[in-house]
Amino acid sequence: MIPFDYHRAEDAASAVALVSGTPGAAFLAGGTNLVDRMKLGVAQPTLLVDISRLPLDTVDVQEDGRVRIGTNVRNADLAANTVIRSRYPALSQALLAGASGQLRNLATTGGNLLQRTRCVYFQNPTTPCNKREPGTGCSAVEGYTRYHAILGASEDCVATHPSDMAVALAALDAAVVVMGPAGERVLPVSDLHRLPGNEPQKDTVLDHGELITAVELPPAPARSAYRKVRDRAAYAFALVSVAAALELDDDDAAVPVIRDVRIALGGVAHKPWRALQAEAVLRGAAATEDNFRSAADAELRHAETLNGNGFKVPMVRNTLAAVLRDLTGTAGPDASAPGTDHPEGPSGPDDAGWEK
Amino acid sequence: MSKLMPASAIGTPFERLDGELKVRGTAPYAYEQPVENPVHLYPVLSTIARGRVERVETAEAEALDGVLTILTAETTPRLADSSDRELAVLQDTSVGYRGQIVAAVLAETPETAREAAAAVQVTYTEEPFTAQLHGDDPALYAPEELNAGTPTDSSQGDFDGAFDTAALRIDATYSTPPEHNNPLEPHVTVAQWDGTVMTLWDSTQGVHAVRGTLAQVLGLEEEQVRVIAPHVGGGFGSKGMPHVQVVMAALAAQVTDGRPVKFPVSRQQMYTLTSHRTPTIQHVRLGAADDGRLTAMSLDILEHTSRIKEFAEQTPAPFRMMYASPNRRTTTRLTPLDIPVPSWMRAPGECPGMFGPEVAMDELAAAAGLDPIELRRRNEPEVDPETGNPFSSRHLLECFDLGAERFGWENRVARPRSVQEDGWLVGMGTASAVYPFMRQPANTARIRYEQDGVYSVQIGASDIGTGSWTALTQIAADALRVPVDRIRLGIGDTRFPTASVAGGSSGTASWGGTIIAAARAFREDHGEHPSPGAQTEAQPPEDPEAADLALYSFGAHFAEVRIHADTGEIRVPRMLGVFSAGRIINPRTARSQFLGAMTMGLGMALHEQGVLDPRFGIFVNSDLAEYHIPTNADVLDMEALWIEDRDEHAGPLGARGIGEIGIVGSPAAIANAAYNASGTRIRDLPLTPDKFLT
Repeated sequence: MIPFDYHRAEDAASAVALVSGTPGAAFLAGGTNLVDRMKLGVAQPTLLVDISRLPLDTVDVQEDGRVRIGTNVRNADLAANTVIRSRYPALSQALLAGASGQLRNLATTGGNLLQRTRCVYFQNPTTPCNKREPGTGCSAVEGYTRYHAILGASEDCVATHPSDMAVALAALDAAVVVMGPAGERVLPVSDLHRLPGNEPQKDTVLDHGELITAVELPPAPARSAYRKVRDRAAYAFALVSVAAALELDDDDAAVPVIRDVRIALGGVAHKPWRALQAEAVLRGAAATEDNFRSAADAELRHAETLNGNGFKVPMVRNTLAAVLRDLTGTAGPDASAPGTDHPEGPSGPDDAGWEK
Repeated sequence: MSKLMPASAIGTPFERLDGELKVRGTAPYAYEQPVENPVHLYPVLSTIARGRVERVETAEAEALDGVLTILTAETTPRLADSSDRELAVLQDTSVGYRGQIVAAVLAETPETAREAAAAVQVTYTEEPFTAQLHGDDPALYAPEELNAGTPTDSSQGDFDGAFDTAALRIDATYSTPPEHNNPLEPHVTVAQWDGTVMTLWDSTQGVHAVRGTLAQVLGLEEEQVRVIAPHVGGGFGSKGMPHVQVVMAALAAQVTDGRPVKFPVSRQQMYTLTSHRTPTIQHVRLGAADDGRLTAMSLDILEHTSRIKEFAEQTPAPFRMMYASPNRRTTTRLTPLDIPVPSWMRAPGECPGMFGPEVAMDELAAAAGLDPIELRRRNEPEVDPETGNPFSSRHLLECFDLGAERFGWENRVARPRSVQEDGWLVGMGTASAVYPFMRQPANTARIRYEQDGVYSVQIGASDIGTGSWTALTQIAADALRVPVDRIRLGIGDTRFPTASVAGGSSGTASWGGTIIAAARAFREDHGEHPSPGAQTEAQPPEDPEAADLALYSFGAHFAEVRIHADTGEIRVPRMLGVFSAGRIINPRTARSQFLGAMTMGLGMALHEQGVLDPRFGIFVNSDLAEYHIPTNADVLDMEALWIEDRDEHAGPLGARGIGEIGIVGSPAAIANAAYNASGTRIRDLPLTPDKFLT
């Protein structure tokens, strides 16, 4: 390991001042991702400013119904918080779908947002990577792309943002509170992360030394949910994920109409992907399977798949439809009904033998 | 009269004798062995796949405080025998794969060693390389023979004629990806050279195997190499033969003035330095009569090996003996690649070799309109189809019958994609398991009477987490006809008599059989009331009868699979394995081994896949976050059962070994269940969600 200095911050303002004034410095919170990168040789900070003991670790319900989450609230604590579980189920579900129990005990809210991609080439310092070493090229674009982007990528970078929590926050229209040398600013979570373009080394719009101090949730939507599809049942990044928050015009209607909806997709882009095209199709539309699929198609029209991740298009379409179905109480198609199956015998269905 | 030794402690579910040490964290693994004033080694790995090291710039690294020396091809002590290019570390400047050791830093702390390794600058001359298995690669060749002395090709009868005229034909290609052993304890060697004796604290499946290899490559007498490994955190074959880190540590120990050298291989480094399972492409053809009876069967296998060292897996072996058919053929071809060296991984040969064929049998059952178990019943051979030898004990159908009853097989709906519950498509599948009985002759055990009824029993066996400490104690107690608390077992050290490797599911039978032989000799020498200090060493007797018999263990796997109709997510809520493996020594540890192997089979079915990037020649998903094995959440209701199986021909112990059979066939059972659930036949592992999307 490369030697580095360590400083335990006394308060947020002095931490911001110290990191802002030190080009090689980085904030340390839970350390579950930064320390990994340091071990791998992907990150070499000269100074770690430890903010993990600052008292920014409460979840406060404001009088106007907003909820303010301190940056140091641990993922496990936030997932278990009664207000979050009851009013913002998408957020609690997303947190519990992320990482492992041990990691969630350490990882913080701000740190979760600022974790970096797990693209295998980014994490291997012996392979070219524009995000790690600008100008060296992208190894992933023609390489192992299972966890890579289908929306908003560039030829310089096809990495995805790995956070589950951030996807839920995007669908919940949350905002981040950022402290910088010049003071505080608030920006939507959807605007925090950026697309790679030709500067994939920049994950977010934050300047060096800016510190996320809190996340703010607007008053809760009527319904929200998070669904993650992954290669194993736990401790795996999303192949795709869907967060949705919506309100129906008449909850009791046979075919309710969607009054408002926000959708974010994970595992498909360099940032939590707000599915604005899909939202536009659904807003004011009846909650039907056809409309769900039209919405997905509208969003996926501009998907650009890589050799090895084309499956994400049908996977997003199906998963989005499933989430909307569950949230609106819409019945789905019978998956095993005649016409939907495709039993194939060695020489085709007629020869398959099981009808004998 | 039975040839089997009467059992008292054998068959009793004793708790692990080493369990408390492990739970308390005080069982010394190789890295924890207390040594004085160690030096820490960190390797510099090549960043090209093939070529030559031109220059190693070490000045910057050497200038770091705490760096002792940096070994390169120029400064490393010579080996006496560098013919094995996997082990010939830093003996010349050639590079045979990316991730090969091209320099090694020795430093006062692990952190310094690692920092210095990053500061070493290596320049290369690159040569063109290949790192991808292609079915039409002109470099494919037939190895002289496969592992375990298995012939490369086989042919009986007229396969082509019989297949062409068969009423039912299956002709399909299956594949399994590269897989990595990933034992919980990474490979580690601590080496100390006192000028006469090389002491190695190693994480190994066989201390004497390490001693033999190291003595040869270092040019030492075997007595000059001592290997110690009382506790080993898993191996799955990757610690069966010494890999490069043992030689590297031993060479480094020659330049440290007697200070011990610690070389722990990191998880990431394991993906290049400590072997993997070769991928396979399996072309299976089955011809059968209308009633499902096989008339023709062939298996053509393609695998990779490394250019610097051949590894030829015996993948067709189970196909040759599993089912009756007069016309049969197998071939195996390898392509040499500029990649890390493949080697043994749990049930090498049998495990991948029972994937394609057992899925093909499921396809044949569908084509014949037969229950898959009935298909196997109709193709049950009376003798080993290839050799004509009678089976010593073949209870495959009893395993299926018991399993079917316990699993509720009668509830399976034969027509695929027929059952849906809450958006999940549900199905069941089954497959056969088989593993050969192997007993290694190169074993000796020493028994000595101490006092107060206590006997020392010593053999250089290994406990790689399987329970050997406990099982061998039980065997020794019965062999000497004393309670288990009178046995002082010594294993995991070359100070004890020679023992074979913990591999090929042969450990307990080989070591246990030797202990029984030694106990008999001891009683003959010293009677039932020996004097303190009385001692006997013995080797197991030859067993000429076994040569004319086919000795195998058998099993039947059952799996229930759920596939989400929207997302393709696949889960295995239930697995059952029923085994016939001879006598079970300790039901508690045996069950653990069966379940562990079935879990590994679950991982092979759903998760495991080393992604070899042909542009670089490396496995890019080289850690446990990206290389998936099952998590606890993936392992649901899993059970292992076994049937009473008294094999009179598997030595006086009558135990045929249980370490590997649990993984053999379990991936096929899951793939067959996935087909029954979804109607989609996936022939390429792993069975990931994308393959089931509609």
